[in-house]
Formats: sequence, structure tokens, C-alpha cells
Amino acid sequence: MATKAGSAEVSQPAHGDGVRRRDFLNVAAVSFAGVGAVAAIAPLFVQMSPSADVLALATTEVDISKIQPGQGIKAQWRKQPVFIRNLTPKEIQEADAVPLSSLRDPQTLAERTKPGKKNWLITLGVCTHLGCVPLGISPEENRGPYGGYFCPCHGSQYDTAARIRAGPAPKNLVVPDYEFTSPTTVMIGAKGK
Amino acid sequence: MSFSWAKSYEPKHPFMRWLDERLPLPRIVYNATGPGYPVPRNLNYAWNFGVLAGIFLTIQILTGIVLAMHYYATTDGAFNSVNQLIMRDVNAGWLLRYAHMNGASFFFIVVYIHIFRGLYYGSYKAPRELVWMLGLVIYLLMMATAFMGYVLPWGQMSYWGAQVITGFFSAFPVVGEPVRIWLLGGYAPDEAALTRFFSLHYLLPFVIAAVVILHIWALHIPGSGNPTGVDVKDERDTVPFHPFYTAKDGWFTAFFLLLYAIVVYFAPNYLGHPDNYIPANPLATPAEIVPEWYFWPFYAILRSFTFDFVLPAKLWGVLAMFASILLLFFLPWIDKSPVRSGRYRPVFKRFFWLLVIDVIVLGWAGGGAPTPFRNAIGQISAAYYFLHFLVILPLVSAFETPLPLPKSISDSVLRGEETEAAPPGSGPRRGNPAAAVVE
Repeated sequence: MATKAGSAEVSQPAHGDGVRRRDFLNVAAVSFAGVGAVAAIAPLFVQMSPSADVLALATTEVDISKIQPGQGIKAQWRKQPVFIRNLTPKEIQEADAVPLSSLRDPQTLAERTKPGKKNWLITLGVCTHLGCVPLGISPEENRGPYGGYFCPCHGSQYDTAARIRAGPAPKNLVVPDYEFTSPTTVMIGAKGK
Repeated sequence: MSFSWAKSYEPKHPFMRWLDERLPLPRIVYNATGPGYPVPRNLNYAWNFGVLAGIFLTIQILTGIVLAMHYYATTDGAFNSVNQLIMRDVNAGWLLRYAHMNGASFFFIVVYIHIFRGLYYGSYKAPRELVWMLGLVIYLLMMATAFMGYVLPWGQMSYWGAQVITGFFSAFPVVGEPVRIWLLGGYAPDEAALTRFFSLHYLLPFVIAAVVILHIWALHIPGSGNPTGVDVKDERDTVPFHPFYTAKDGWFTAFFLLLYAIVVYFAPNYLGHPDNYIPANPLATPAEIVPEWYFWPFYAILRSFTFDFVLPAKLWGVLAMFASILLLFFLPWIDKSPVRSGRYRPVFKRFFWLLVIDVIVLGWAGGGAPTPFRNAIGQISAAYYFLHFLVILPLVSAFETPLPLPKSISDSVLRGEETEAAPPGSGPRRGNPAAAVVE
């Protein structure tokens, strides 16, 4: 494209393919500006994601030595309540007796606990419907007809393995990542065995 | 833009002439709300609520700007800055706070009347479809603003309202939960969520004001509608906005502000929930979570899905709730009847009032604890809401025989005068619609 001089020549189609040097320059310049604009928007998006100080609260160590069978405690992890419950043999039996086919979100109690620690049921205390805190972690609270947890907001009912049995919630109470760092302490949020 | 007989702006003072040639701002005001805007002469009081909505937007912006001067957007400070500092220490802070809090409720009261007026008189029909749709945009922005404002005092209802409403997003598969965490800036509502809600709560009213300008601009292209739904034909059908409607809007605004003042001074907490005077506690949900009254009908629709059908119940609830508003954007094409005003649509009119009752029942269903009886009523009325728009309205507009329309606006207004002026027994009978179509 050896243009000598003059604007008349620029407006001529080069090589007959209809694309002028100026078209290329226009597209390239605007595209580059577009990429720049997208890059400039990126910080506006990422500023909304959880910041490092929020993520730093990602693990919490809890002492469970004082929890007797049938009792439970509420711990806090990532600003959310966590239910740590020491199930009684009767509650374990009730959970195991339920046929999987009757469940909305089929899971056994064994899948929801650590091997050999079937009595330690650790779940988020956040209803999977719209995020309320269900009742039932202390024995005096309403545990609902299935003996696990009962959400007062929209009436979801969970059984003794914290599985959804009735009401609007779609899923079982979430089991967070955790590991036993000793027989009497758990590290919630730790990706362990 | 306007009718040919509209008065044109002629500045008399040399300064105004000078200004008009450089920045014709007074001309725009004159042509929008002054003598330069001819308005149908037969508007009833249902037409006062547009101006009133503008008044309440102004009240909210003014009181809001002042409250923001005393508010701390931190999880430690927010509750006390509202309930200690503003309510007790700041001079007249209690008044500004109650005015803002109840101003939101009154803004919604006014807007709901405005919307139902549009539904009854067919204000959404051609050529005013965009006026209607821009109005719905304003309404959606109002809902977002009101929700975020309710979170700011960081009481129990604030906190759990934020938890439940952002929980809507987690209903969507795969992307839902990451989106929720992104919106909150954490795993549960906290500092990051509070400060961004405060920022957006301050921003959105100005976005609303901008859309209000578009709404009025779009309205002023065809001009205001009127209770007969008949188009303006000549100068006898209209009066200038100023002084006629400025006067009517003026006195009615004073009257309505009186009602507002009664609530602000004598029942400021009547429309709120007492649990919001308990500081937010992320570890304990209140016994019942209910949103502010203006969201109750939507909350009832949200709760009305209690069983899974292909998709999870929770997703159905969220989809239905959003659909109940998005549906209204299609109203100009759902209701195909060429007659605008419900006054001349005997069948439509009856279903309109059924819809009003249905929405009130939905509000009742959404405003209380979810007992089986309340849920059942909520489900029936939610189903009827969709039935009205998706089945009844298209059928009515296809099969209904409307009453005869008046020849013109002035004809519909002056009919009575002609009867009175005529000798007894000779003129057309008063109130006989047939008289209106006689040549």
C-alpha cells in the first residue's frame, strides 16, 4: 500500500477487497480503547468480592469437649452460625432408619459426618431456603416434627441428620469443610480428611 | 411536542429574554408545568398523585441528605447513630428520621394509587406505553432503594431482611451463590454490605429523579390522558396547566401532607416493625421476618411455592415474584382493547376491582406468620394475580362490548350543562350515555 500522498487515494479501496487502511486503523483503535475500558471496569467489579480480611476469618477452631450427647453449640464461622451437635444414639438411629428414596436431598448421616465420629453433626446454621437461623440447637428450642431443626421463617423442617424433610428449603443444611485437630477440637473451614 | 393552541413563552423582562436566547430553561419549565402545557379539563383527583409522588421524592431526598450527615455506616455504629444520635441527640433529628421513615411509606402509598389509576384508565395504552414502562422502572428503583434504606439502621429486621433478600439470588443454580457472596462482599451481611448499601441508597434516588424526567418527557409528547380516555380534539378540551392544575395540585398536596404529618407526629412507628429497634444479631433470627408493608404482596407470591415441580420450590418463588412485576411491562400488549378508560368497559371494570381486592389479600397473606391457612390464601391469590393478567385480561379485551364513548372531552363535561340549559323534557336526559353519541 504505497500511497504517495493525497486523501483521494486513501478513499480508494486497496487491492479491491473493500477494506481500506483507514478501516483497519478505525477498528483497531476502537477495539483497543474497548479493551482498555473493560480493563478499567474490572476493579469496579472485584472491589465487591469478599476482601482479604473477610476471607481471613475462613477457619475457626472450636473446643467441643464440653458438649454432652444430646447437646449442641452455636459457633461463628465467616460471620455465619455453625451448629455443632453431639447426637444421642437414638437420634443416630432415627437418622439411619430413614430410607434415602424418601429424601429431597438424599444423603446418609455417615456421608454428612466424619468416619468414626458419627455422633458429631456439624452444619451451617443457615436455612437453605432464604438464610434464616433454624431453631433447635439447644434442646429447649422447637426442633420440629423430625427432631432436628425447625426454621421459624418459612417453616422448613430438618431431621436429626439436618436433612430437609418438609417445607420450602431445597437442600440439607450445608456441612462445611472441617477437620478434627484433636479428639476434642475441630477446625471449621479447614479442608482436611 | 404540544398542541397547536398551547401558549408560547414570551419573556418580557430584558434579562429573561437574554437568558432565553442563551439557556432556555425557563421556557422548558413554562412549557412543562406552566401555561404552555394544555391539560385535559376533566382530570379527576386520581390525576393528582403524579405530582404528589414528585413531592415525596423531594421530601425523601432532602431529609435523606440531612440524615446522612449524622449517620455512621459501620456495623458497630449504625444502630446507635440512628437510635441514639439521630433520635435523641441531634436537634430535630427525631423529626427528620420519622419524616424519612414514613416518607418512604407515603411515597409507596402515592405510587400505588398512581399505578392503579393507570391500570383503571388504561394509561399504559398507545401512545403512552413508554410512559408506563418508565414508571415501572421508577417503581423497581424505588423498591431497591427502600430495601437498602431499611438495612441501614442495622436492627434485627434490617439484618434479616438483607439476609433473606440477598438469599433470593442463591436460588439461581450454579451462579446464584457466588453472585450472592459478590453482592454482599462476604458470606453473610456485614460491614462490606452495609457500606455499599449506604452508598447505593444515596445514589439511587438521583437515578430515580433522572428517570422521572424521562417519564414526564415521554408523557408530554402525547400529553396527559384523562378519565374518558378520549383523545384531546380541540382547544375546548384543555385548560393550561398553570394556573388550573397548579392550583388543584397545590391544595391537594397540602391536604395529603396533612395526613402525612398526622402519621409522622402521632403514629410514627405504626407502619414499621418493632423488632427493628433490636440491634442486629447474626446468630438469632427474629420469630417472624416480614418486610415493610409495601413489599407484602410480593413476599406472599415468594412464599406461595411450597413444593418442587421440575425446578426447586425456592427458585419458583423467586421467579414468580420477579415475574409479577416484569409482567406489567407487557401490559400494553396484553390488553388489546382499543378503549382506554375502564369507565366505558363494564366487564374490565369488575375484574379491575377484583384485582385490587386480590392484591390487598396478597398483602395480608405476606404480612403475617406463615400458617397453613394464610399460605393457602396466599397461594390462591397469587394464582389469581397471574390469572388476571395472563388469561382474564386478554379474554376480556377480545370479547367485551364497550359502552359508547363520548364524542369529545368537552362533550362529556358539558353534557350536564346542556341538559340544564334546555327547557324541561326537550333536551337529552342527563347521564344518558346514548346522548353522547347522538349527532
